[in-house]
Amino acid sequence: MDSEDKLSSETSRNSSMRNDSSKRFILDHQRFSHFDSQQPRLKCDDPASLDYEIGTEPPFSRFNQSSEPSSSRPCNPKAQNEILDQLDVRANEMFVDPTRIHNWDPRAMLSNLSFLEQKIHQLQSLVHLIVGQEGRISGRSDELVAQQQQLVSADLTSIIVQLISTAGSLLPSVKSTLSTGNPFVSQLGNINGVGCPPSIHTNDELEQENRETKGFNHSDVEQKANYVLEQNYAGKSNPSISTIEEHEFKDEEDAGEGENLPPGSYEVLQLEKEEILAPHTHFCLICGKGFKRDANLRMHMRGHGDEYKTPAALAKPTKESTMEPVLIKRYSCPYVGCKRNKDHKKFQPLKTILCVKNHYKRTHCDKSYICSRCNSKRFSVIADLKTHEKHCGRDKWLCSCGTTFSRKDKLFGHVALFQGHTPALPLDETKGSTSDGGESNEATARVRSTGFNFSSSTSSGSGIQNVLDPKSSVDDPSNYFSPMNFDTCNFNGFHEFPRPPFEVPESSLSFLLSGSSNYIPKTGGSLGSESLS
Amino acid sequence: MKKQKSMEAFEFKPFDLLNDEILFAILDCLEENPVDKKSFSLVCKSFYFVESQHRKTLRPLPSDFFRKILNRYPFVSNLDLSLCPRITDNTLSMISSLCNSTLRSINLSRSKFFSHVGLSSLLLNCLSLVELDLSNATELTDSAASVIREAKNLEKLWLARCVLISDLGIGCIAVGCRKLKLLSLKWCFSVTDLGVGLIAVKCKEIRSLDLSYVPITNKCLPSILQLQYLNDLVLVGCAGLDDEGLTNLRQGSMSLETLNLSDCQNVSHVGLSSLTNGAGCLRQLIIAYGPPVTLALTDSMQRLPKLQSVKLDGCQITSSALKAIGYWCISLRELSLSKCSGVTDDGLSFLVTRHKELRKLDITCCREITRVSIDNITTSCTSLTSLRMESCNLVSEEAFISIGQNCHFLEELDFTDSEVDNEGLKSISRCSGLSVLRIGICLNITDEGLIHVGMHCPKLIELDLYRSAAITDLGIAAIANGCRMLEMINIAYSKDITDSSLISLSKCSRLSILEMRGCPCISSMGLSAIAVGCKQLTRLDIKSCFNINDSGMVRLAHFSKNLKQINLSYCSVTDIGLLALASISCLQNVTILHMRGLTANDLAAALVACRGLTKVKLHSTFKSLLPQPFIEHIESRGCAFQWRDKPFQVAVDARSWKRQLEATL
Repeated sequence: MDSEDKLSSETSRNSSMRNDSSKRFILDHQRFSHFDSQQPRLKCDDPASLDYEIGTEPPFSRFNQSSEPSSSRPCNPKAQNEILDQLDVRANEMFVDPTRIHNWDPRAMLSNLSFLEQKIHQLQSLVHLIVGQEGRISGRSDELVAQQQQLVSADLTSIIVQLISTAGSLLPSVKSTLSTGNPFVSQLGNINGVGCPPSIHTNDELEQENRETKGFNHSDVEQKANYVLEQNYAGKSNPSISTIEEHEFKDEEDAGEGENLPPGSYEVLQLEKEEILAPHTHFCLICGKGFKRDANLRMHMRGHGDEYKTPAALAKPTKESTMEPVLIKRYSCPYVGCKRNKDHKKFQPLKTILCVKNHYKRTHCDKSYICSRCNSKRFSVIADLKTHEKHCGRDKWLCSCGTTFSRKDKLFGHVALFQGHTPALPLDETKGSTSDGGESNEATARVRSTGFNFSSSTSSGSGIQNVLDPKSSVDDPSNYFSPMNFDTCNFNGFHEFPRPPFEVPESSLSFLLSGSSNYIPKTGGSLGSESLS
Repeated sequence: MKKQKSMEAFEFKPFDLLNDEILFAILDCLEENPVDKKSFSLVCKSFYFVESQHRKTLRPLPSDFFRKILNRYPFVSNLDLSLCPRITDNTLSMISSLCNSTLRSINLSRSKFFSHVGLSSLLLNCLSLVELDLSNATELTDSAASVIREAKNLEKLWLARCVLISDLGIGCIAVGCRKLKLLSLKWCFSVTDLGVGLIAVKCKEIRSLDLSYVPITNKCLPSILQLQYLNDLVLVGCAGLDDEGLTNLRQGSMSLETLNLSDCQNVSHVGLSSLTNGAGCLRQLIIAYGPPVTLALTDSMQRLPKLQSVKLDGCQITSSALKAIGYWCISLRELSLSKCSGVTDDGLSFLVTRHKELRKLDITCCREITRVSIDNITTSCTSLTSLRMESCNLVSEEAFISIGQNCHFLEELDFTDSEVDNEGLKSISRCSGLSVLRIGICLNITDEGLIHVGMHCPKLIELDLYRSAAITDLGIAAIANGCRMLEMINIAYSKDITDSSLISLSKCSRLSILEMRGCPCISSMGLSAIAVGCKQLTRLDIKSCFNINDSGMVRLAHFSKNLKQINLSYCSVTDIGLLALASISCLQNVTILHMRGLTANDLAAALVACRGLTKVKLHSTFKSLLPQPFIEHIESRGCAFQWRDKPFQVAVDARSWKRQLEATL
């Protein structure tokens, strides 16, 4: 591919992206059109025109690549910090070594900056307006406030995107000295560097470029030094992950049970709890929407422009069929004391990431899915619930203790084993016989509760389950992310940036802001990522 | 007040000298005959009171005065409702409230009209219930069984033919009734290994277990055989048992005394030997209709040191096996080879010469044996008490003489369909202890022989003269005079017997079963004499006694209050006689076929009036004549109809009948 073509394609992608963001902007405004009269209308065409002016110039591709990880981790505070840092220090750092930077067009940069200036002014006037309003109308509805906040955040988003892209134009194209392809990725992954977000590999080409990209910020590089990086990382683990996702193994948790790999013959990777529990692992770089499968993401990407519709973009990211011998990967459960944890004496590794997920949920999480039919069986993996629901109700053999059995001989074995347990008759038969009601019901309740305790104590082995609220651990994204390593981060100049003390629509800003250390995004916003895709 | 008055009058009352304890002691001696107690209670008020306090066992008739009866006898602990075909939930709750915790045993085996509701109210109050007979309660379900589990003290439980009770119910009983010692699950077709296995696991006290015709397999046997106290195990008709599974048994039951493996098609000597392995206490082994009795089978039985009784009815048996039994070092007391094919003089003779202690021998239908065997039996087994040799046709007359000469302790003799003659009867009349004598279809005997029996066998209780056509009034009179203990007599198809026989038989006050079908000379007069004299009469067969008419029925209805069963076919009885009969409250079982002049309306009236009926045999033409709602009504009272379509039969004489019989064989 010659550089001209490449550049043009990248440019067009960028322009489409810009279009997209501006479109979003418009959308936001249209949604709250009643507000329009009070605020200066944004010239939404401007970014696009600007982009077109600088058609031969590639910075947006840089932006695209560099921001990719951050957008793929919508809730990662680090990414945001990075960006904010960037914003802050741009003035000093941007021009540190202009000669090093190939393809850098100061004029384009200038136009970008002027655009930014314009934007910031617009925002300023908007905020002024709001402040003015505050004085006049005291009894504003919360809805209005929210709308204004959304507007402001939309503007902010736009500005930040622009900033990043501008900064991105400064990025040198020289080969990075770093072994890792992307600093963000390594940071996002935990200390062991396992959790590389698979979304990076939505596009091989991008990935390739990613690796060529150097860390664009020195502070980033410094931060990166705080992390222990897995030696073998080098972007190889990802294809395996995506393959697994696509094949969708249902229950492979014990697959590695009998394989008896000699210790050391395989590489042990360990994901963090948050990583395991994250609902999505593939995120759209453009809108931030999350997906469980890479394939779904690729389908989604088609909506972002024609360039995602090419067979190459839609094709399954092929495994890099390098001839290097691939070290077998096995996974460790992050739960200390678990047999699947690598520190356990009789450690038995898990075969795949899916195994890790299922194992962790089954063994160390609350069983929050309750069967709607029997209202007694609980599961932590939804697939288990579905499997159970297929058979629930067919367990017609019932003990007085409330335990049900699918086979009569199992029931009788159970009754023979336990003193005082009696085979219970099906309900339609016992109704009418009133004499044996009270006692047996009582017994039922008693044993049922003990049975539950029993199960929970065996499954957890410690108090973690009781601490974690199942609901929040599943639904509330704020719980996915422990405040990992925040303290060690260098929030250089971060606090100067006005943090939005209001709810940010996830659609516009979540991938940038949601993870900031003490900012807890509200959940369940109707403006979720769905609204944009 | 009354007492004071009598005191004032210084009236001497001899019964006042008898205190309650003495009266109780007297009553204890009257247990045998229920009529005696009734008479006792009718002496005076205090006797009446004492009797009502004394009675522990009650077997009431179906009546509307059930509550009064229970009120009268407050200390009844044993309630036998086997005469009551219609026990409902209401009855049970009444019993529960009246009997309370005094009730220890209740028999509901003839009713299927109660449900778990009644049972639960019964068990609510009757906490000390120990015995519960629910046989034939075919409508009971598992919910009833789950109620039974509340009877924690239950020791004996009969569930025969409770076909709806399944493993779940049995499981409930097993968990609840831990003290069970006897359990009968005969014909419980819904019970499998699981239920039975749970019984064996939970009820460690079990002594007696009847699993006849229960669809069990080998799986439940190990746990059953480990029951520590198991004495009696009945496995009749368990087709699920087979050799393959039985060979896996590690050890048989140590405590088992009686084992019934009859009709288990898939169990051969292999299974038997592993089942009885280590069963050192086994006394009785019943393998009727089982595998061929070969040397292998007898060898497996040989290892049982305490074996006393062997029943091999209906089996194929080889001569060598018979001899092998003879070689056993133990001495059998009881041997049954009834209907066995392959029993020869050779084998049997050897066997009996080695088992001299034999008390009971059954060689019914061993058609090949001759006088040789009988001679050997009589000479070696002199202490025989029971000898059954029905249909041993090849045994000649002289053999019977030797029986009487050598075996003086005989109590039961079955010579049905044999060549025994008057000399033989004269010889066996030496057995003064004889109580059962069956000489039906013995065409060689006449009054002469019977007179010998009547003169020398005063303990005779049962006499069967079925189709022994040469018997006349003389012989019967001799029996009636000599054998006052007689309880059962069959004089069917004796053409020469007249009313005078019945008049003489009416002196036998204990007579309860009288079969005299096909005696054309008997009339209502004779029957009236029986009705007056034999108050205990419970079963009467007067089929084809054409001369018996309504007057006989009226007398019968008036005097025989204990009559339970009657066959009236071909009689000259009309609606009047039937209606009169209907007043007998005990009457349960009636057969009415080919009665001329009986209309459907008459029949309906009689059936409605007869409240205690449980079974009625009618000609199938009535099925369409009687209105369906009526039939349903009668059925709802606990009566079952049996519709017969027999053609009208003309009587045949004894010899031609026997020729017919032999022709069919």
